[in-house]
Amino acid sequence: MLGLLFFVFVLAVFLGFELISKVPSQLHTPLMSGSNAISGITIVGALVAAGQPHGGTLVTVLGTIAVIAAMINVVGGYLVTDRMLSMFRHTEKKDGSHG
Amino acid sequence: MVESDHALITTLYIVAAVLFIIGLKMLNRATTARRGNLISGVGMLAAIVATCLLKGMTFGWILFGAVVGSAIGAVSAYAVKMTAMPEMVGLFNGFGGLASMLVAWAEFHKWRVEGWVKYHQLLGAGAPDSPLFTAVATVFTAIVGAVTFSGSVVAFLKLGEWITGKPILFRGQRWVNAALVGLILMTAVLMVVRGPQDITGYGALVVVIVLSLLLGVSSVIPIGGADMPVVISLLNSYSGVAAAAAGFILLNTGLIVAGSLVGASGLILTNIMCKAMNRSLANVLFSGFGSGEGTTSAAVQGEVKPIGVEDAYYILEAARSVVFVPGYGMAVAQAQHVVRELGQLLEKNGAEVRYCIHPVAGRMPGHMNVLLAEANVPYEQLVEPGDVNPVMDTVDVAVVIGANDVVNPAAREDPSSPLWGMPIIEVDRARTCIVLKRSMRAGFAGVENPLFYKPNTRMLFGDAKATVSALVSEFKSE
Repeated sequence: MLGLLFFVFVLAVFLGFELISKVPSQLHTPLMSGSNAISGITIVGALVAAGQPHGGTLVTVLGTIAVIAAMINVVGGYLVTDRMLSMFRHTEKKDGSHG
Repeated sequence: MVESDHALITTLYIVAAVLFIIGLKMLNRATTARRGNLISGVGMLAAIVATCLLKGMTFGWILFGAVVGSAIGAVSAYAVKMTAMPEMVGLFNGFGGLASMLVAWAEFHKWRVEGWVKYHQLLGAGAPDSPLFTAVATVFTAIVGAVTFSGSVVAFLKLGEWITGKPILFRGQRWVNAALVGLILMTAVLMVVRGPQDITGYGALVVVIVLSLLLGVSSVIPIGGADMPVVISLLNSYSGVAAAAAGFILLNTGLIVAGSLVGASGLILTNIMCKAMNRSLANVLFSGFGSGEGTTSAAVQGEVKPIGVEDAYYILEAARSVVFVPGYGMAVAQAQHVVRELGQLLEKNGAEVRYCIHPVAGRMPGHMNVLLAEANVPYEQLVEPGDVNPVMDTVDVAVVIGANDVVNPAAREDPSSPLWGMPIIEVDRARTCIVLKRSMRAGFAGVENPLFYKPNTRMLFGDAKATVSALVSEFKSE
């Protein structure tokens, strides 16, 4: 099991390097805030801590705070990225009508 | 919580990972970026649904946390001004780190209360036999999460100018940081060896968290505002690493894949930023660059030639080709809209208008692009230094708006300059260069800029927004 997890980890790291090889600088900010939203995946761990009955009150408390923090990261991250990208698209449409 | 408990859960985690990958890929291109972000959001939803399907979940507190967190996230995402985007992105990132840190603590506490045998069962079928692995993953998640959180909060405070953007340095800072790292490692070993059921081991985790929070603060305060693009993207990478590490506690492949994708892509972006400044990551992190302690380079020759708005108008009016070079000063003055208006007037006047953006201009990667896009500057007018530098001799007027170090010719001419070797936008080679600037203060790096003394440079002093507005009304009154 552990070997498999490390295998997955190494492959994902390489994939990450490959995916982001040549990004135009226009997209640096959206890429950063978009991937930032993905790092909110830690919500998975937060949900387990907040939602499962093991470990007593402190686990639930820590888990709930973690859910709040991760949700801020996820929702805020995706929305702010979308807001920025909508501006990019807006200008492109305008270009289209010119040309 | 090994996800193979349930075929549907496994499938959903795989779907989530695939959607993240497709989403990130699509974020690479302007035409597909927005859909890519949406797709990655759907992936996140799939991962959340999968987790909620796990056995024995209750939803009271989850619902509470989700509603509160979503509300805060949504309101801040819509309320934030485009000029405040760097600190907002930094803060969101910090919350991801905080969540990972809390997950590590919660898991360790669960282990303390339930005992290893029961906790081992809870981890699921494939859980490691030795508690050592889980303990190492836990402490690593706590450290990286805590550093990400407090580091991001400091970055947020610096970028929002709640505290000074200048590097904060004190005597022996490096020793303090080194000592912190040493203490953290020692306490971490204690924690791993003793385990959570021993009060020393449990207490050690709390100490590790406190020390790591301090380390996050002390490693970001010596970094100056203009180096923030590097710091923000590095912290972004950290938050991914923290999430991946949490995946090793919970043995969850979804977490591992998504976390390492972010970790790797953040590192790439960090590297791009460092290259754009011709500096190593170590130099950015440890040098306190821009603290004003650097050597002042050789005396600059020539004199400054200030001009008024009217003179600038005549120069621009006669120009057939104009390149705007925006910097952090444009963001501070919130001048992007009037700059676009001036650009349009110049186009009407028959000039070719481009906006040349240096990769590290501003306070986060791509900062200027976002601001100009907000002001509706057409996408294809935004160009990179490599596009303009080769044809700079044919540019009639280069207008520098609140940029300084990224146009400093010392990078090319003066080997003793701290900026030496940094790829710059070579505005000094344009026929005329107009520099909009508040005063003669040196740039962030504390380095004298010979550009201001070149024979073809004209200085237009004042607030960028007010100056550009005055130029706009000159054009309109004709």
